[in-house]
Amino acid sequence: MFLINCPYCGPREESEFHPAGEAHLKRPANPEKLSDIEWADYLFMRQNTKGILLERWVHRHGCRRWFNVARDTRTNKVLHVYQMGDSPPTQLKHIKP
Amino acid sequence: MYLCGLLEPVPCGLSDTMLSKSMQKYSIYALLRNALNFHENWHRAWRSPAPKPEYDVIIVGGGGHGLATAYYLAKEHGITNIAVLEKGWIGGGNTGRNTTIIRSNYLWDESAAMYEKSLQLFEGLSQELNFNIMFSQRGVMNLAHSLSDMRELKRRVNAIRLNGIDSEILTTIQIKELLPIINTSPQSRYPILGASLQKRAGIARHDAVAWGYARGADSHGVDIIQNCEVTGMLRKGGCITGVETTKGIIQAPKIGIVAAGHTSVLAAMAGIRLPLNSYPLQAMVSEPIKPIHPCVVMSNAVHVYVSQSDKGEMVLGAGIDGYHSYTQRGSFHVVEGQLGALCELFPIFSRLRLVRQWGGIVDISPDASPILSKTPIKGFYINGGWGTGGFKATPGSGWSFAHTIARDEPHELNAPFTLDRFVSGALIDEHGAAAVAH
Ligand SMILES: Cc1cc2nc3c(=O)[nH]c(=O)nc-3n(C[C@H](O)[C@H](O)[C@H](O)COP(=O)(O)OP(=O)(O)OC[C@H]3O[C@@H](n4cnc5c(N)ncnc54)[C@H](O)[C@@H]3O)c2cc1C
Ligand SMILES: [Zn+2]
Repeated sequence: MFLINCPYCGPREESEFHPAGEAHLKRPANPEKLSDIEWADYLFMRQNTKGILLERWVHRHGCRRWFNVARDTRTNKVLHVYQMGDSPPTQLKHIKP
Repeated sequence: MYLCGLLEPVPCGLSDTMLSKSMQKYSIYALLRNALNFHENWHRAWRSPAPKPEYDVIIVGGGGHGLATAYYLAKEHGITNIAVLEKGWIGGGNTGRNTTIIRSNYLWDESAAMYEKSLQLFEGLSQELNFNIMFSQRGVMNLAHSLSDMRELKRRVNAIRLNGIDSEILTTIQIKELLPIINTSPQSRYPILGASLQKRAGIARHDAVAWGYARGADSHGVDIIQNCEVTGMLRKGGCITGVETTKGIIQAPKIGIVAAGHTSVLAAMAGIRLPLNSYPLQAMVSEPIKPIHPCVVMSNAVHVYVSQSDKGEMVLGAGIDGYHSYTQRGSFHVVEGQLGALCELFPIFSRLRLVRQWGGIVDISPDASPILSKTPIKGFYINGGWGTGGFKATPGSGWSFAHTIARDEPHELNAPFTLDRFVSGALIDEHGAAAVAH
């Protein structure tokens, strides 16, 4: 169990939230032009990062809003919380995964 | 200390190479003979060699699946110049952390064939390996708590029987007769409408499976190298050529990744993306009590699975946590939810004390089926995605993966489980079988 700092409600227990996997996946701009291999990559292939993962969470039993989290998957430590649409914090890139 | 000079003292300093050639056969006579000299002359079950600079095949990951792969490569395909590289100790991953449920009652033909092959190999494994894996075919029961559960269960039982695998439906009364401690009251929060039962299913001792395969592989000359973490892959053009490890560079034209929760991490070292996500899965055991629970019970709907070990402990499995993690521990609320459901199903357990709780990292694929496959890199093979339910598949997985590596093509058993299925769309959707971890 860990705490997540909801950008709208403040720190709450993890069990109030629901994780939704890797963030910043780009929807294909021209879906009709995609090959099967490209579709497979978009739909199924994931980084499954061991280290700092950028992921989406929703405050399901709270404000019900979505946001992004940077979490170290080796320790579960939440390093940063930022809003949907914002780009990931640049300083995190310098932390060695 | 030797018994009054009656027995020849065996030199303790037997070299590692000598040991592999002369595997001690375990038997009642060996036990008696060794009792006479206070059990001081048992040989080590496998050597601990230093890695050679080059092998024919390197297996990354010394869990049950990796060790079984090495064993069958040596035994079935005559390839013995093999190293199994394990970053910790063998069987210390999910092999030594699972709740050991073994069954083959899977819905789809492809899975049924794979898991049934494994179950059949399990049936002869203690003899085959000359190592007691304590396989106990005590039956696995899957509970239905609602009408739709019951319909789904019947459909499964029919499909499973059509594949020639034993499976039957039990009524609530039959369940209560078999398992008097279960709460079948209609007022219960999870009323029990019926169950399916596979009688040939059961449990085995998990580390014995790893140790038995390790000893068997070692006796064929396979080098099992522990405390050796693979940190990089070496490639030349489209071919794999070796690995970087904490014990230096080791070369091989063929490399098999059998690393469960770390499959993606190792594949990424060779530039391959996989459809896997790693999650924590927890389990726990209670204090030992008298025998009261004769079979294995699973309830997909409430995420409970329970059996009683030969020591008398209740072995309890929980569900996975929802987030990715490599921490080998999960969240408390998952355990809390699981134990709440358990006490509702078995009120007698409410006074049990838990003695240990732990987590493993399971690699889940989009269709909850494994990946046993060649890859776009020549000589680079992947065996992963077993997620929450691969212990039961240890023998069949090793057996078919050995074929894949030796012949450079899948056996018909694992041909449906290639990476290509995520491109072609021929998924093997076993979410129903794996709605709960097992
Ligand atoms: C709590 C729990 C309960 C489960 N219950 C059941 C059950 O009841 N029935 C069932 O069928 N299945 C169950 N499973 C699933 C089952 O445990 C696994 O599918 C199976 O054991 C996987 O075996 P393996 O040999 O592939 O993996 P592991 O035993 O995990 O072996 C992989 C090995 O790779 C090593 N490794 C990783 N990275 C590296 C590296 N870079 N270099 C060298 N070595 C590396 C690891 O240290 C590890 O020892 C359960 C799992 C868990 C966690
Ligand atoms: Zn909120």
